[in-house]
Amino acid sequence: MIRDITLGQYYGGESLIHRLDPRIKIIGTLLFIIELFIVDNFLGFGIAAVALAAVIAVSKVPLSFIMRGLKPILLILIFTFALNIFMVDGQILWQWGFLKITREGLMRAVFMAIRLVLLLVGSSMLTLCTRPLSLTDGIERLLSPLKRVGVPAHEIAMMMSIALRFIPTLLEETDKIMKAQQARGADFESGNLVQRVKSLIPILVPLFVSAFRIAQDLAMAMEARCYRGGENRTRMHEMKLKKRDYGAIAAMILFLAIIILESWWL
Amino acid sequence: MNKDYMITIENLTFRYGQDQAGAAAVDHVSLDFPRGSFTAILGRNGSGKSTLAKNLNGLLLPTEGVIYVDGYDTRDDDHVWDVRQRAGMVFQNPDNQLVSAIVEDDVAFGPENLGIDPKEIRQRVDKALESVNMGKFRKKPPHLLSGGQKQRIAIAGVVAMKPECIIFDEPTAMLDPKGRQEIMAIIKELHEEGITVLLITHFMEEAAEADRIVVMHDGKILLDGTPAEVFSHEETLKAASLDIPLAVELAGKLREKGIHVPAGIISKEEMVEFLCQYR
Repeated sequence: MIRDITLGQYYGGESLIHRLDPRIKIIGTLLFIIELFIVDNFLGFGIAAVALAAVIAVSKVPLSFIMRGLKPILLILIFTFALNIFMVDGQILWQWGFLKITREGLMRAVFMAIRLVLLLVGSSMLTLCTRPLSLTDGIERLLSPLKRVGVPAHEIAMMMSIALRFIPTLLEETDKIMKAQQARGADFESGNLVQRVKSLIPILVPLFVSAFRIAQDLAMAMEARCYRGGENRTRMHEMKLKKRDYGAIAAMILFLAIIILESWWL
Repeated sequence: MNKDYMITIENLTFRYGQDQAGAAAVDHVSLDFPRGSFTAILGRNGSGKSTLAKNLNGLLLPTEGVIYVDGYDTRDDDHVWDVRQRAGMVFQNPDNQLVSAIVEDDVAFGPENLGIDPKEIRQRVDKALESVNMGKFRKKPPHLLSGGQKQRIAIAGVVAMKPECIIFDEPTAMLDPKGRQEIMAIIKELHEEGITVLLITHFMEEAAEADRIVVMHDGKILLDGTPAEVFSHEETLKAASLDIPLAVELAGKLREKGIHVPAGIISKEEMVEFLCQYR
């Protein structure tokens, strides 16, 4: 049962967005996030929303799939909305006891909600359209200039990709341990919260032991295959910017220029 | 040091950790493996066979004695990567030796570590995957494959490094019978292509496929010879808690009854053939 879980929220596809160089996508997402914080009026958000809608349309990721990813943060969204709507002073539109809604508060709340939604949809487009492994590859290459100042770019990326590789293995292991403990009469379902948390101990201890064993085996296998860190290492997949990547860069610069001009003049 | 030998072990003793006084895991072992040979190292759990294997590519270093791999001393820090490139290793647990979440990336891991040109890596990966019949799984994540398929990927990962010798450390111990047969077939193919094969195992039937069997017991070499020679020492094998193959045992019992069974019969198939033609 535990085997079927999907990793991250990658939505497979062969669209232009999927095929872009991961580095471009990471930088693009970062730019988009920064832009959302530069913008200080609704027109700016309108422009950002149009750009995002264009990206979504090209990526062919169904809107319902993206919205499903928003569900977990609905609570945070409502909370920030409520906080803003009641906390800002100004022209009072409605009042009940100490609760009052002001014109400015309403504006502010809607403003923040739009910013949050754009932020989340925009950044989820990155993980929806990029394989986790390409993402770690892209991060490694983007960070590699920082190697000179001591940032272990290769090691960070290697850790992330090994973590991704071993999530299913560890889930399987957890499943096995749970079944073994249940076979000996362990009970994970009943009791109050404290009891339930306590009942996890017989799972976690063997899981840690086996995680260490796996790590040791893997380290030995990697050494046997001549792994010696990032030095002098080549990669099978070269990352070369293609025409479409330059196109994406041009689009990003255009978008940035429009946003800056817009917030400058209005 | 003879260049005809892929690996030469001279008087190897290995003890784990600080255990200087205790029993050695490998105790004064000397062996030669000629180029292109297929040797099985047989022994039960704790006989020292896996420890011996890990000494052969510098994962463990001898407490005493010397090991030469293609002329390189495994203790020589400058050549440890030469040793590991020449003597590849496939481990027991297929899950714990795959590094990448995509099959072809995992096969590329070794060549990438060797700093090979990307175009050549691509060719090697494709060829290695073809040689283990896993070409159509190149984009799959390994956790969706069966144990035997994962082990084939692990072998492809070693083959892509173009080793001269591959050490298989109980590669079939965690597989089902079908996976076991697949792996044995690939090992035999690799041997036919000229790769020196060392198969560490506790399965008699697998050892019988080799040209030579070395039986280890308590860190020492108990027997060394062709399968037929080794299996003729029934009592010694039983004393080392090893079961001899059914066909060999049957042959022995038939001989007791006065039926003449040739000494070369060790596999089930050979026995069936012999019995069908017996009159």
